[in-house]
Amino acid sequence: MGEPLQIQVNGTRHSVAADPETPLLWVLREDLGLTGTKYGCGEGACGACSVLVGGNLRRSCQVPLRAAAGKAITTIEGLEQNGRLHPVQQAFLDAGAFQCACCTSGMIVSGVALLGQFPSPSPQQITQFLQGNICRCGTYPRIADAIARAAEAMRKARP
Amino acid sequence: MSEPRDTFVPEPERFEFTAAPVHHFDWTRRDFFKITGSGVAVILAVPRGADAQESGRGREFGHALPQEISAWLHIGEDGAVTVFTGKVEVGQNIRTSLAQSVADELRVPFESVRMVMGDTARTPWDMGTFGSRSTPTMAPQLRRAASALRDLLVELAAKRWNLPPGGLKANAARVADPASGRSATYAELASGQKLAQTIPAEDPVTPASQWTVAGQPLPKVDGRAFVTGRHQYTPDIRPEGVLCGKVLRAPAFGATLVSLDSREAQAMPGVTVVRDGEFVGVAAPRWRDAERALAALRAEWKTMPQPSRSEIFTYLKNNVEPGGERNARRETGSVDSALAAAPHLLAETYTVAYIAHAPLEPRAALAEWKDGSLTVWTGSQRPFAVRDELAAAFHLAEDRVRVIVPDTGSAYGGKHTGEAAVEAARIARAANRPVSLLWTREEEFTWAYFRPAGVIEVKSAVTQDGRLLAWEFHNYNSGAAGIGTPYAVENQRIEYHPVRSPLRQGSYRALAATANHFARESHMDELARAVGMDPLEFRLKNLTDERLRAAFQAAAKAFGWPGKKERPGQGFGLGGGVEKAGYVATCAEVRVDRASAEVRVARVVTAFECGAIVNPDGLRNQVMGANIMGLGGALFEAVEFENGRVTNPRFSEYRVPRFQDVPRMDVVLLDRKDLPSAGAGECPIVGLAPAVANAIFDATGARLRALPMVPNGLKV
Repeated sequence: MGEPLQIQVNGTRHSVAADPETPLLWVLREDLGLTGTKYGCGEGACGACSVLVGGNLRRSCQVPLRAAAGKAITTIEGLEQNGRLHPVQQAFLDAGAFQCACCTSGMIVSGVALLGQFPSPSPQQITQFLQGNICRCGTYPRIADAIARAAEAMRKARP
Repeated sequence: MSEPRDTFVPEPERFEFTAAPVHHFDWTRRDFFKITGSGVAVILAVPRGADAQESGRGREFGHALPQEISAWLHIGEDGAVTVFTGKVEVGQNIRTSLAQSVADELRVPFESVRMVMGDTARTPWDMGTFGSRSTPTMAPQLRRAASALRDLLVELAAKRWNLPPGGLKANAARVADPASGRSATYAELASGQKLAQTIPAEDPVTPASQWTVAGQPLPKVDGRAFVTGRHQYTPDIRPEGVLCGKVLRAPAFGATLVSLDSREAQAMPGVTVVRDGEFVGVAAPRWRDAERALAALRAEWKTMPQPSRSEIFTYLKNNVEPGGERNARRETGSVDSALAAAPHLLAETYTVAYIAHAPLEPRAALAEWKDGSLTVWTGSQRPFAVRDELAAAFHLAEDRVRVIVPDTGSAYGGKHTGEAAVEAARIARAANRPVSLLWTREEEFTWAYFRPAGVIEVKSAVTQDGRLLAWEFHNYNSGAAGIGTPYAVENQRIEYHPVRSPLRQGSYRALAATANHFARESHMDELARAVGMDPLEFRLKNLTDERLRAAFQAAAKAFGWPGKKERPGQGFGLGGGVEKAGYVATCAEVRVDRASAEVRVARVVTAFECGAIVNPDGLRNQVMGANIMGLGGALFEAVEFENGRVTNPRFSEYRVPRFQDVPRMDVVLLDRKDLPSAGAGECPIVGLAPAVANAIFDATGARLRALPMVPNGLKV
C-alpha cells in the first residue's frame, strides 16, 4: 500500500492510507465519510459523483487517489459556508429542482463549475455543459432553471 | 355500453406480490406509547375489504386494539405531530403531500408534521408504495385519522373547561372557546396524556374546496438535506465497522455454478467469502478490496442457450402460457361479423422492447445482525414484503427482522423485491459485521427485473364517417394494464396473453399501460388518416368519457392543435387515455432532420386531470418527469440481450434521456376539486409515446410501430 497520500478536501487536510489507484469517489465515501458524492455508474457517464479537483469539474469515480493528491478538492459538503447555502444550492431549493434528489449533489457541483466558466450562461450552454449528468426522474427543466436563477443571484451579489 | 376496462383486474395486477405476512407479533398499548412517547394518538382501523389490501392487513395489535391498522397519528406533549405510515418516499414527493393532508385536516402548521415512513418496527403494515395508490388511499385515511385526532383534542378541552364540545373551534394548533375567549394549544391538551383512540376509516373529511394547506405548491420536505448532500440514502449509512459486500454473478441468466475456488480471495486481508448453494458473496473492508476479492474468485459455470433480442417477438408469440389464470379476456358484441362487414379495415402489429428502470441509486442494502435479530436498511417500495423475504430466507420470526427504508434514490416500479437486502444480510451473517451492499450499474442493468417486452395486435373497423365499429386487441406478454379502450365501440374483443418471459420482468411506472396506449393511440391515428379525419376530431367523435374529452380539448387548446407546419421535417401528433384513475392527453411536435436522420421532440403539451390536486408544484414535477422518462422508452431505450447476457448494461451503452433530449414542455393541470384525488406518478407517461409516433408520421409519412422508435435515428 505504501505511504499514505495527502489530500485536501473542503479545506481540511487528510492523510489517506489506501491503494493510490482507488477512485477518489470511494476514498471520499469510505475513508472520509463524505457520502454526499454518489456512485451512479462507475464509468464517468452519469455525473452523480461530480467533484471539483483543483477547481476543475471531475467525475470522482474516474480520478485515482494518486491524481487527486496534493490538490484542493471540493465536494457537495464543502459548498455551504457558515450555515449559508451556496447560491446554486439555494437555487435548487427555490426551483424545487429535484425529485428523488440522488443526482442533486452532482448536478449542483457541476452547476458551480458551469457558472465558474460561464457566469451568464445561455440555455444552450447550460444544456451542453450538463449533458453528462443524468437525472432519471427527469427534472432537467427545473435544474436548468435553477442554474439560471443562481447565475442571476450571483450577478446581483457581485459588487 | 359497458366499459370493458372495468373487467380487468386493476393494477396492481400480475407483477406485484400479493402474499400477506405469515407471522404476526402482538402489540400492546404500552408498546405503542413506547414508540411514540406520551400524548394523544389516533389509530386508524381499516375494515376488511378492498382498502385492507392496500394497508393495514393482518397486523395484530394486542387485545385492546384492532387488528386492521393502516396508519396512526400522534401528537406529543410538545405539540409535535408524528404520522406513521408504511408508505415510502422515492422521489414522488409523498412525504410532503401526505404531510400536507394531515396538516390541513388537523389544523396545524405544515412544519409541525413529521412523517415516519417505511419502518417495519414503527409503522403499520403496508402492501407497498406502487400502483399510484398512496394519494387515493393513504391520504384520505390519514385525513380521517387527523380529523378524529382533532375531535379528540376538542373533547379534552371541553372536559377541561367543563363545556360541551360543540361550541369549541380547532384552528392553528389550538382549541378555542369563542364565547369566553379561552384557548389551549394542542400541546397543552396532549400533555400528561396517554390516550389512544381507534377509529373506523369512514369518518368524513374536509372537502377539497375548503383545503388550506393541501392544494398548495409547498416545497419538498427536507429539501435542504438533499442540496447539501446530508440526506443519507441507504448506501450512505455507514455504521462503525461496516464492510463492503459484493455478490459473484453468473455470466448468463440461468447459469449454474459448477465449481468454485475461493482460496486466493480468502487469503486477502479482511476478506470473507461465503458460499451458500448457488450464492457466493464476499465481504471486504472497502469497495475496492471487495472488487479485488470478487475478481480473485475462480468459478466455473454451466450455461444454457436462450432467446436473444433479435428473435424475442417471435418467441413471445409462440410461447403463450396456455389457460394461464393471469389471462384476461373481454368480449362484447360480435367483432368477427363487424369486421367482415366493415368498409374500412385495419390490422397492425406493435411491439415494445424490454427496458430498464435504471434508478440513479442502484439496489442497495445495509444489514446488521445483533443477538439473532436482523436490521436492514434498503431502498425498497415494499418494506414489509422485504421483511417477509428476509424472514423466509433466514428462517426467522418476523419480529426478529426490521426493515427501514430511507428516502430512496427513485424506483419507478423497479424496487419491489428484496435481493440486495437478502444478499447483504447473508454476507453480514458470514462476516459477523454490518455489511453495506450497493449493486454496480452493470448489476442493476442485468440482475434487476425489466419492463416487459410485448407484441400487440390490433384489428379494427370504422365507418366512412369515422365511427368505430369493431376493435380487437391482443397483448402478448407486456401486460393488461390500460388494455381496455376508453372509446365507445360496440364490438370488442380484448385479450391479454401471458407468456413465460425469457428475461426476468416486473413492474415499471404505468406497467403495460405505456405499451397498450402506444398501440391503441397509434392505431387510432392510423384510422383517422384512413378516413381522412383530423386525429383530434376522430377521437372526440368516438369518445363519451367527459373527463378524457376535457383533457384532449385542454391539451389541444394549449398546443394550438392542429398546428401549422413552418418547416420541412416538422410534425404534430397527439395521444392520451385513462390510467390509474387519471386522465391525460399529450400533444407533441417533432422535427426530423433528413440529412442527419435525427428525430427531435421539440415541444410537448400535457393536459392532466387527477381529481383534486394536493400539491400542484409536486404534480407538475411528476408530469414533466413522466414525459421525459417516457421519451426514453419512446425513442431509444432498449435492453439488448443475447443468449442470456445483457450486452448494453452501462449508461454509456443504454441511452437514457439527457439534457439535450428535453423538449419545451407545457403542463396544463385540470383541478377537479369535486372529485377524489388520484395518484399521478404513472398516468402522465402513457400519452407521450403515441403522441410522438403520430407526430413522426405527420412529419415524414413513416409509421413507426415499435418502441423504441428511433434508436439509430430515422432514415426517410
